[in-house]
Amino acid sequence: MGALAIEVPYWGQSLLRVLGGVVAVLLPAGAIVYLFLFKMMSFMQSRLGPMEAGPYGSLQLVAEVGKWMQKEDLAPDHADRSIFRIAPLVVLTSTFLLVVIVPFGPEAYFTNFATGIFFGLAVASVSVIGILVAGWASANKYSLLGGLRAAGQLIAYELPMVLAVIGVVIQAGSMNMQQIVVVQNTESIFGIDWLGNPFIITQFVGFLIFMIAVQAELTQAPFDMPIAESELVSGYMTEYSGFRFLIFFIAEFATAGVFAFIASVLFLGGWAVPFSWFGWDSLADVPGWMNLVGPLIMFSKMLLLTFVIMWVRFSYPRFREDQLQTFAWKILIPLALANTAITAIMTVVF
Amino acid sequence: MPKVPGLLKGLGVTFGTLVTTIKDGANTVQYPHEKESPPIRARGVIALHEGNCTACMLCVRSCPDWCIYIEGHKTLAPPRRAGGKPRQVNHLDRFDIDYALCMYCGICVEVCPFDALFWSPEYEYSEPKIADLLHDKDKLGEWMETVPEAPELEAGAAAK
Repeated sequence: MGALAIEVPYWGQSLLRVLGGVVAVLLPAGAIVYLFLFKMMSFMQSRLGPMEAGPYGSLQLVAEVGKWMQKEDLAPDHADRSIFRIAPLVVLTSTFLLVVIVPFGPEAYFTNFATGIFFGLAVASVSVIGILVAGWASANKYSLLGGLRAAGQLIAYELPMVLAVIGVVIQAGSMNMQQIVVVQNTESIFGIDWLGNPFIITQFVGFLIFMIAVQAELTQAPFDMPIAESELVSGYMTEYSGFRFLIFFIAEFATAGVFAFIASVLFLGGWAVPFSWFGWDSLADVPGWMNLVGPLIMFSKMLLLTFVIMWVRFSYPRFREDQLQTFAWKILIPLALANTAITAIMTVVF
Repeated sequence: MPKVPGLLKGLGVTFGTLVTTIKDGANTVQYPHEKESPPIRARGVIALHEGNCTACMLCVRSCPDWCIYIEGHKTLAPPRRAGGKPRQVNHLDRFDIDYALCMYCGICVEVCPFDALFWSPEYEYSEPKIADLLHDKDKLGEWMETVPEAPELEAGAAAK
């Protein structure tokens, strides 16, 4: 904050970070739901989507949230009530913990862990617990099946995701998110340095594996077996209504946004532009205005990646459960292991 | 040219539809603001040409849902030729179709021997109360205006 010539006290910085975290979670969720879920999906099906609430249906989200908020907060008779009520909050908490590691500018970050991406991959798994207990506590066979399927799927696809990240970590030589951004924007590919070295080029296989794993972690089609509305009603969300369903819904799309943020940091160069464009040498040279431009760059990269996630979601039919597991264990994980090994060898050779 | 994998082709289809929808508009109609124009021979509602009806009850008996109600009485009409006997005809008192029951099978239109029933493409007749869907013969008669002209007979067919 010093570069903006404003001295913000510690409590002010904390307040800014909390507000920033809420914005960084809810703004992408709203943008994804309106731009992609309402509008893009409708256009891809040759219809217009919501048009009545506000110009071009832009206030549809307000109407939807208002509708969910006024619904009764129901729980089944035999449900394990306290756990049933906490479960959606656990899932949303995982999203908020995840956004903490994302840097939005040279100083615009929430925390700057030395092992940021490690922490991120660890807390991303917390949502599995929320989904599993939601399925269990609902006292409903559809919920239970959905919860078990979700647990199986999320665990299966966490491995290729972690292995895909290892390639990035080897190339960057750091688990620190800020350092990963800096490396991508200061290095060069075989002497060509006008683009820096965004890892999407040198780690393209890793990027593909990461995005497929993200698609599965978000339980978006074609990996929506846990929700599979034609066979499981709505999977682990079957018994939820009103406010708590809304939280599941927000968490789903907020997590999509946060994973897209993380993917843009890991593979697309994060908040920065290649340092050579402005003659910066290191992170210390980056001027303060990047704290304002950086979030905009991140937001556009996030929209680009979520566009791809949603595009795939609206185009493909659902995987069968066994195909889904086979794809993770027999194709993605060996591929990710090979990618890790080759990256390690290449790093030593060059 | 090498074959494009189906996965990429599928993405191409959805993206192509996205572009055409943004450029040329959607296939759907924003209904209350702009009216949909159904195909001219769409089966929207059944219209009654009251003058042709002889209250023969064939439509009532053929209706699978029993949604047509006819009441009539016998009356005397003036003779066709001067000096003849007055004719006995059926006078139609009531012809109701209950659209809450009707399943739009069109058997009544097919079975009518006097061309009194016709399909009309009109579709805007929903009612807040289900009882109001029982339409009487005046209302069914109003729809005759929207009935399209009968198609031309095939060459060689006997004209009625």
